[in-house]
Amino acid sequence: MEKTEILIIGGGPAGLEAAIHAAGLGAEVTLIERDPFLGGQLTKQTHMFFGSYEQFAGVRGVDIAEKLKKEIEENPKIKVLLNAAVAGIYPDGVVTVSQKNKFLKFKPNRIIVATGAYEKMLPFPNNDLPGICGAGGVQTLMNLYGVLPGQEIVMVGAGNIGLIVSYQLLQAGAKIKAILEASPNIGGYLVHAAKIRRMGVPILTSHSVKEAYGKDFVEGVVVHQLDEKWAPVPGTEERMSCDVLCLAVGLSPLSEILWQAGCEMKWIPELGGHVAVRDEDLLTTVSGLYIAGDVAGVEEASAAMVEGKLAGMAAAESLGYSVEGLLEKKDSARSELAELRAGHSGDKIRGGIDRVERLTRGKVTC
Amino acid sequence: MRLDEHPILTFQRGKEVSFTHDGKEMRGFEGEPIAVALHAAGVKVLSHSLVKHRPRGFFCAIGNCSSCLMTVNEMPNVRTCTEPLVEGMRVETQEGRGSLLGKD
Repeated sequence: MEKTEILIIGGGPAGLEAAIHAAGLGAEVTLIERDPFLGGQLTKQTHMFFGSYEQFAGVRGVDIAEKLKKEIEENPKIKVLLNAAVAGIYPDGVVTVSQKNKFLKFKPNRIIVATGAYEKMLPFPNNDLPGICGAGGVQTLMNLYGVLPGQEIVMVGAGNIGLIVSYQLLQAGAKIKAILEASPNIGGYLVHAAKIRRMGVPILTSHSVKEAYGKDFVEGVVVHQLDEKWAPVPGTEERMSCDVLCLAVGLSPLSEILWQAGCEMKWIPELGGHVAVRDEDLLTTVSGLYIAGDVAGVEEASAAMVEGKLAGMAAAESLGYSVEGLLEKKDSARSELAELRAGHSGDKIRGGIDRVERLTRGKVTC
Repeated sequence: MRLDEHPILTFQRGKEVSFTHDGKEMRGFEGEPIAVALHAAGVKVLSHSLVKHRPRGFFCAIGNCSSCLMTVNEMPNVRTCTEPLVEGMRVETQEGRGSLLGKD
């Protein structure tokens, strides 16, 4: 049985910040990552971040990952396990981990789950053809390993991910035939949309995929227009050839481990699906188990990092660790989150969180 | 298609290695996921669905969706989108659920 004070599951933006801040208070941390590298989705984000100085505004995601990784490597309080996947969290607080051919058991005092999210699928005939892939998959292929997914791309979704990945595909030399968006409005930041429009890519709002065609892999899609009730308008079908259909239609929290641990879960569509009920410290209904990042509700990487910071500090604090001004630091993380969720674009997120946050501190017993 | 030039990124690739895909000799870079090497070589179909045998390809790239399961060095159900490529690997398209006892 391995011992650690705080076990963090997931080495993406939330998990990295959680580790740094928990260790910053003096706790001993073990960070578990199933990939052979740390950084999660940051490792493929070539765009510069928005937000404030604290949230690395103006810095590219890939460079944020490098910076956080370096901090973690230099911190003797943090132990990192790569190629390691958590298999289960048991009622006695034991966490089992499979690392290549090894099977490890941990008995941590606290757990922070920062497993992130996975891509949503869109239902249409032939949506399983090779060449139809998620926007994250496209980013991995192109930005991490330098392989262009295809030559002619149709993108589905004009949210931030759809817009940013389209721009990255253009930068890498692919042609974007069109960006389809089912809603009548572009969901992502207009600064991204404008950049893409200037490069001559049509963004077709109120349009969706009717079906894909192709024998062994996608050769094109049939696109149709939607009316104000999102119903297809007959006679508007148009064929568009492509070798990649990229889906950027949202993400769902990767919350299996939270279900398995017995957290009270709620269906909150605004946060991407089922998420755990939590308090203001991101503590779930299972004692000693915290959440941070997309698994707590799908948002931007900036919010994930701030949540990681907050959960890391709160978990260490609950073990008796402290630093000067801790309460202020936690409050300032909460105001950072409020700022990131401010304005019209944050309406949904705020509404979702209001329904899943219980502002009474759960009792810590483990 | 491999990208050699990129306005923002530089790609640090491992050494070039050879491997086989369904018996056919292929080249890729050590340490990159097997599915990435296959994609760069133009292989789009990685597996077939269990019931209707429909082709399956690269989808999530984080080891989550099971669309890329293949048999690697006789081991079935390897998530090739995350499994690093090693010199001499024998990668095969998997039909059915795969068996740890060798051929079904």
